[in-house]
Amino acid sequence: MKALNIVVVGNGMVGHHFVDQLALSDVNACITVLGSETRPAYDRVHLSEVFSGKEPSDLALTTREYYEEKGVNAHFGDAVVNIDREKKEAITESGRRFAYDKLILATGSYPFVPPIKGSERKQCLTYRTIDDLGEIKSNAKDSKIGVVVGGGLLGLECANALQNLGLETHVVEFAPGLMGVQLDDGGSKMLRRKIEALGVTVHTQKATSLIDDQSDDTKLRMHFADDTHLDTDMIVFSAGIRPYDQLARKTGLDVGERGGIVIDYHCRTSDSDIYAIGECALYGNMIYGLVAPGYRMAEVAVQQFSDLEEKPSFKGADMSTKLKLLGVDVGSIGDAHGRTPGSVTYVFSDEKIEEYKRLVVSEDGKRLLGAVLVGDCSDYDTLLQYFLNEIDLPESPESMILPSVDGAAPALGASALPMTATICSCHNVSKGDIFSAIDGGCCSVGDVKGSTKAATGCGGCAALLKNVVDDEMEARGLSVDKSICEHFPHTREELYHLIRVGELKSFDALIEKHGTGIGCDICKPAAANMLASAWNDYVLGASHVGLQDTNDTFLANMQKDGTYSVVPRVPGGEIKPSQLIVIGQVAEKYKLYTKITGGQRIDLFGARLNELPDIWKELIDAGLETGHAYGKSLRTVKSCVGSTWCRYGVQDSVGQAIDLENRYKGLRAPHKIKFAVSGCTRECAEAQSKDIGIIATENGWNLYVCGNGGMKPRHGDLFATDLSTETLVKYIDRILMFYIKTGDRLQRTSVWMDNLEGGLDYLKEVIIEDSLGIAEELEQQMEHVVSTYQCEWKTTIEDDDKLKRFRQFVNSKEEDSNVVFVEERGQMRPANETEKSKLIAKSA
Amino acid sequence: MSIETIICDKSDLIENSGVCALLNDEQVAIFYLPATEQKVFAISNWDPIGQANVLSRGIIGDIGGEIVVASPLYKQHFSLTSGQCLEDETAPVKTYPIALKSDKVVIG
Ligand code: SRM
Ligand SMILES: Cc1cc2nc3c(=O)[nH]c(=O)nc-3n(C[C@H](O)[C@H](O)[C@H](O)COP(=O)(O)OP(=O)(O)OC[C@H]3O[C@@H](n4cnc5c(N)ncnc54)[C@H](O)[C@@H]3O)c2cc1C
Ligand code: SF4
Ligand code: FES
Repeated sequence: MKALNIVVVGNGMVGHHFVDQLALSDVNACITVLGSETRPAYDRVHLSEVFSGKEPSDLALTTREYYEEKGVNAHFGDAVVNIDREKKEAITESGRRFAYDKLILATGSYPFVPPIKGSERKQCLTYRTIDDLGEIKSNAKDSKIGVVVGGGLLGLECANALQNLGLETHVVEFAPGLMGVQLDDGGSKMLRRKIEALGVTVHTQKATSLIDDQSDDTKLRMHFADDTHLDTDMIVFSAGIRPYDQLARKTGLDVGERGGIVIDYHCRTSDSDIYAIGECALYGNMIYGLVAPGYRMAEVAVQQFSDLEEKPSFKGADMSTKLKLLGVDVGSIGDAHGRTPGSVTYVFSDEKIEEYKRLVVSEDGKRLLGAVLVGDCSDYDTLLQYFLNEIDLPESPESMILPSVDGAAPALGASALPMTATICSCHNVSKGDIFSAIDGGCCSVGDVKGSTKAATGCGGCAALLKNVVDDEMEARGLSVDKSICEHFPHTREELYHLIRVGELKSFDALIEKHGTGIGCDICKPAAANMLASAWNDYVLGASHVGLQDTNDTFLANMQKDGTYSVVPRVPGGEIKPSQLIVIGQVAEKYKLYTKITGGQRIDLFGARLNELPDIWKELIDAGLETGHAYGKSLRTVKSCVGSTWCRYGVQDSVGQAIDLENRYKGLRAPHKIKFAVSGCTRECAEAQSKDIGIIATENGWNLYVCGNGGMKPRHGDLFATDLSTETLVKYIDRILMFYIKTGDRLQRTSVWMDNLEGGLDYLKEVIIEDSLGIAEELEQQMEHVVSTYQCEWKTTIEDDDKLKRFRQFVNSKEEDSNVVFVEERGQMRPANETEKSKLIAKSA
Repeated sequence: MSIETIICDKSDLIENSGVCALLNDEQVAIFYLPATEQKVFAISNWDPIGQANVLSRGIIGDIGGEIVVASPLYKQHFSLTSGQCLEDETAPVKTYPIALKSDKVVIG
């Protein structure tokens, strides 16, 4: 059968979901995507996170490469301006024509700007796209005051953004209350109280009539219908959205009275070859302004092209929402306003702790019809499940929102949910789907996420997902075995604790007390590493030597042919010419291949075991020391040139990097640790990709944590700003020791952070606010490690007994005949098999 | 008939770890586990998977009761008593009869 020619107009969240689903389905289609934005689809829902540190690129939902790989023909930055329904062609601004068999309109919506005189001024903005973000940011730079017009969900999110940008923020709302669509009167009032307490000024029942120039302190003056006014530097309109339905209008498709392209339950418009999905579509006289319903429409539309006998249909969608606005938890479920005839309402309001909760219950008291939560959303998941799955309410429903006193109804456990319960509405994942994923071998929340996509949309269902997974794993007796290996029934974290508490100083003592057998290549190096973090004894001491990986035993990295590499430490990347010369001389003398590493130092490859001590002796004599390239320990503190030389630098990044590298060198950790220090925001040292990243500011240092390059890059999280060196070091001490204490074996800080319950906020509490009361202990433990540092190579070459280990053969001075080098580009490299057999044949 | 060769001194061995010795042209990895009954073990130093002479530099352990060394290159486990590779039965290594005789290590 010929491939169906499908053209998708709009590459927003829903348009992309459609393409993604279609590409994954077995529909034989040739897909073309036409988007008016210049970039491929991105996560609009999390747009605001760009104001709190994310890069626009972090929001990407797809890439041009991905589309290419899937055979999708994508064109960006060229809007569709007309549709020729006779010829079945979509026509773009630049005049290109794309023929279609089926056309999908996924044009979304645009922010509505009320027709106010003066609203075309350049300081009047909207908030919908990444480009809008750029405009808001650049306007905010020379503004002191910002006003958001509209006190709905998006308006408040925008107010949050303006506050984050440091502006004095006002919200102007036409209606009497905030978030009128989602909240009832009481909820709206409590929200206002809380938001005002955060320093945002709220003006309700204000209709803006004119925006005027204002020459004094501020740029604009807003005049209201009640003859009052407000001065400001910039205005962001967030007064509702309007569907992008112009194309449909132009070409004569049915549209709703108040806009929106009319669709049936198969997402089809009045032309049976044209479909509309997402925020531009009007179903049952309603625009669904959330992403989950849009995704459902996309899936329904895809299925229309399949060979299914009975095509699925769109049946409307739940519009419940949970948000954190300006740090205030807000939740709205179902009929929040209690408009269902006969419904009964329960309200709990506590002005002291600023919490408001409302339940709307059916006449017979059996069903939850709606709810409003302000200030505390911890009951949201439970209530939503009661609502969506029509679960029988407890005898006294009010117990569900009353502060927990004895006898209150317990939260609805995951086990109480029916199999059909929707856990993730963004990706339509039910409890049954999660169970099948577990049947299929998933055994952690991470696995289930990967296999079902649950909790990868808005993220609102993450806590519930974890409950369901954990609960089921436990029920199956599968409580994931986190034992480090067969010799110890403990996790790494537990072992670390046992070592410290029991003051155990050797592996023998540890396994005798807490394990069985003689150990293995998993628990031994892990224990050696923990013993080193805890007590910092010489790693090649008699009782430790057999525990180490070969790299740690021989203080060098083993290469594929059994030879080793040598990496001297170059703190902060700063090195004296005289030391460079020595490195060069040593390399020449021992015929080592030399290479500049990705970590600002020099690696010397191809050293034979027996040569290592001689090589190190010469390096140490020149003032160099071990770089610990072999250890699960601090690697490098990369630096940029900084204020000493660079015209932009605001602090001495090199000096800081050297100090930090010297402080933490040799520190053993669950995995290697990398730092970087940049001298200014240009970030030449790439600090945001390091476990610990530091960027100089005019006032001190910004600290980023838990970044990672490598296999799965992760952007560091901004942990604290404008720190003095003293506080910076204090925080790093605590963070690293806390990681050493709680991290899993071979777990980089990035993965540790992603698995840390409570995430960044929790880490801040522990480190900055000392919520666990362990800060001092962590600092002391770090101080011990810092003060007992030794260059392991120095200790080794001074000990004849230790040097015995570096003999290739205990009974001969010969060398390993299998180590053979050839020359390439003027240096040595290991010979490959053919080269080897030739060379050996020649010499025989 | 077997010829016994003194390959090295007991003091050349390292407790709970390995060293390498030359036996004619063959590289032999010798492991010393004082806490076990047999105490010394000898297998070939050649890692058939990593294709390098490195097994003496691996970590010793027990997996399911079998005493093994983990190759330092790609971490496969080789039994010190049978030479079997636990991960790949087509890649066993040679084993050698070995014993401690007072302060000498004897092969053969
Ligand atoms: C030498 C070097 C490559 C080079 O020629 O530039 C290198 C070489 C190795 N890297 Fe690397 N990495 C080197 C910089 C990096 C960098 C760049 C950086 O540090 O700025 C990264 C990405 C940044 C990061 O770690 O976040 C990097 C990410 C990795 C990873 C992936 C880690 C991850 O979390 O995904 C591994 C594998 C591992 O550690 O498990 C790895 C592992 C290795 C090992 C240890 C693999 C091995 O077992 O043989 C290599 C040891 C070579 C040796 O014998 O010295 N190397 N490696 C670099 C040494 C830097 C130094 O001076 O110490
Ligand atoms: C700041 C913000 C926060 C939000 N928070 C949430 C939330 O927490 N939860 C939630 O569920 N929803 C939230 N939303 C709403 C959510 O983003 C939308 O529901 C969703 O993006 C709708 O997807 P869509 O594809 O229909 O429209 P869009 O994502 O708007 O995509 C439409 C695309 O089509 C393009 N286009 C339009 N006309 C044409 C044309 N003629 N030719 C070519 N291309 C065209 C547009 O430029 C756009 O790129 C939020 C929205 C914003 C702005
Ligand atoms: S990060 Fe800034 S200070 Fe450092 S080199 Fe780059 S521009 Fe210069
Ligand atoms: S509900 Fe949005 S990610 Fe699951």
